[in-house]
Amino acid sequence: MITTFAAALNAGLRSALEDDPKVVLMGEDIGRLGGVFRVTDTLQKDFGDRRVIDTPLAESGIVGTAFGMALRGYRPVCEIQFDGFVYPAFDQIVSQVAKIHYRTRGKVRAPLTIRIPFGGGIGSVEHHSESPEAYFAHTAGLRVVSPSNPADAYTMIRQAVALDDPVIFFEPKRRYWDKAEFDPAAAPELPLDRARVCVRGTDVTVVAYGGTVATALAAAKLGAEEGISLEVVDLRSLAPLDVDTIAESVDRTGRLVVVHEAQISGGLGAEIAARITERCFYRLEAPVRRVAGFDIPYPPAKLEKHHLPDPDRILAAVDRTLAA
Amino acid sequence: MPGTTEYPVQLIQPDGRRVHNPEYQALVADIGPEELRRLYEDLVVTRRIDTEAVALARQGQLGLWAPCQGQEAAQVGSARALRPDDYVFGSYRESAVAYCRGVDPSAMTAMWRGVSHSSGDPAAVNMANPAIVVGAQGLHATGYAYAAQLDGAEIATVAYFGDGATSQGDIAEALTFASSWGAPVVFFCQNNHWAISEPVHLQSATPIAHRAVGYGIPAIRVDGNDVLAVLAVTRQAAARARGGGGPSFVEAITYRMGPHTTADDPTRYRTAAETEEWARRDPILRMRLLLEREGLLDADVQRRVDERADEVAHRMRTETITMADPEPSELFDHVYATPHRVLDEQRRDYTAYLADDPACALATAAPAAREEGVRS
Ligand SMILES: Cc1ncc(C[n+]2csc(CCOP(=O)(O)OP(=O)(O)O)c2C)c(N)n1
Repeated sequence: MITTFAAALNAGLRSALEDDPKVVLMGEDIGRLGGVFRVTDTLQKDFGDRRVIDTPLAESGIVGTAFGMALRGYRPVCEIQFDGFVYPAFDQIVSQVAKIHYRTRGKVRAPLTIRIPFGGGIGSVEHHSESPEAYFAHTAGLRVVSPSNPADAYTMIRQAVALDDPVIFFEPKRRYWDKAEFDPAAAPELPLDRARVCVRGTDVTVVAYGGTVATALAAAKLGAEEGISLEVVDLRSLAPLDVDTIAESVDRTGRLVVVHEAQISGGLGAEIAARITERCFYRLEAPVRRVAGFDIPYPPAKLEKHHLPDPDRILAAVDRTLAA
Repeated sequence: MPGTTEYPVQLIQPDGRRVHNPEYQALVADIGPEELRRLYEDLVVTRRIDTEAVALARQGQLGLWAPCQGQEAAQVGSARALRPDDYVFGSYRESAVAYCRGVDPSAMTAMWRGVSHSSGDPAAVNMANPAIVVGAQGLHATGYAYAAQLDGAEIATVAYFGDGATSQGDIAEALTFASSWGAPVVFFCQNNHWAISEPVHLQSATPIAHRAVGYGIPAIRVDGNDVLAVLAVTRQAAARARGGGGPSFVEAITYRMGPHTTADDPTRYRTAAETEEWARRDPILRMRLLLEREGLLDADVQRRVDERADEVAHRMRTETITMADPEPSELFDHVYATPHRVLDEQRRDYTAYLADDPACALATAAPAAREEGVRS
């Protein structure tokens, strides 16, 4: 089947709804409109408005009521319309959803999936292009994942919905229209918490996730033309981190560049650099480098091409790593 | 005012006839022929700004635009009830309010074009930056109003928001704070019937104005497509605020005739019949019928109004399409009001990177070849 990222998510949600009558979708404009990115297109028509629920315009309300439904045995999948609007729900997510299992000594589970279109590159206005993943990865009790391609989108959303822990599911919105071929009937190739080596290489490991994986792959292609061999690792899971897969790669290449759109300071790149330094210190040929967003609020659309890591900036970091 | 949450105040009927309502007529007794024509001009000009901006968006000159077509009377009527020293907080759809406050239309388009996050200098027009996060401005307005009261300033602060916003905790909290503090804030809800695809009854099972009553805040419903009625009720609410009477709530019943934004497709969620029904209540048509009925609109006046609209729209278009892209170094401007070491370093590094620093020679050797391709 050839499909877009958005359509793959749609198919994944459809199969989750079919598989388990306790799965419900909740969010703003997800019903008749099918969501502003059409990820839930036709689902309300096919499953009814008690399973695909248009909620009032209130994010704390969406997550808080979904949490209540989860306490009653449901498996809600919430849609936050854009990254920048998750903050009203932040308290519910970090204080309630994330902590319930711990607080009740394992007696209560919150199998929620919170889908958040994230990241930039679509030329939008303020609050529509943010990368809040570090806040959530920093919160114990949450799993945080981000698929980078349609096939993973399809399997990972189903795995997330089936998981008994709350999952923050970051969808790179500038990839919604990317197309790929995959077999929906195939068994999942990887568990939800594993990273994947997308391209084998020998010189430098480049770790990326979500929207920047395609950027890293573009850099690898250009690098190859210039005689540099990059190994690209798609993180997929931001919490927990699959440090093993990254470390094995770095053991082979001896060099690491981490890429993300989120602002650099206190971002996931810092965590990965620290872990890899611990694990691979004596194999590293150069300091771990990060290519990330600047420490600024997400800029206006006309400036985002400077803020977002692009293949050039990745290759510049690779060059420095090789020169070290 | 209690009791007026049931029936919307109206002074002009859809066919242009006046409605006999001594209480509210008295509030606009000073609006004679010249003032009526001026209100009409505001309505026509702001619709022209809107249609021109939609065209600019369709032509790729703006990334997006949130049209206010259909809501001009609610916006013009309320904004013209205010004094320059009053203060206004709005959402992303208040272009007619912004025009009345004196915001340059090309300052409005700058945000949608992606060259900046703001639309001009708030202090110059006493109107805050547009709030994109739905409902946030309700709290800001309440805080501003309270501070103004502490300062002894006799002004009104107005918070504009939509029907969908009333579901947000921020609006509920704003009503609590305003009521508890007696803050001189006017909550002005434009009930345009839709929050993107969600009909108003999904946000509220009762008239929205009833919410305010539960907070002890007097509320009124007004025909939002009737510029005179909106002017009257907003004058009343603003006067109460300035006079120390505390908060009030206006629900202007209106309709968003266009899409939510230029990226939206309203045919997915509402019927043509509904849209046509509201087209018959078009606020501009109504004002024109009133003026014609009262012999206040001749070809000359109409031509002057149209010329003014064309002129504003033309200037907005020219200034928008010639707007330069910001310089890359502007990325780092204004993040902090005081120097910040990390950011200074990032600015230096990135400038060097762009200026073909020898360390990045390889990177800049073939910049075109290293373009990623599709970006959206
Ligand atoms: C907190 C938040 N959640 C979601 C959105 C996305 N969004 C933008 S406008 C909108 C609908 C707002 O409806 P309403 O308050 O009725 O105002 P209107 O757009 O009709 O003027 C939504 C859901 C947002 N901007 N902010």
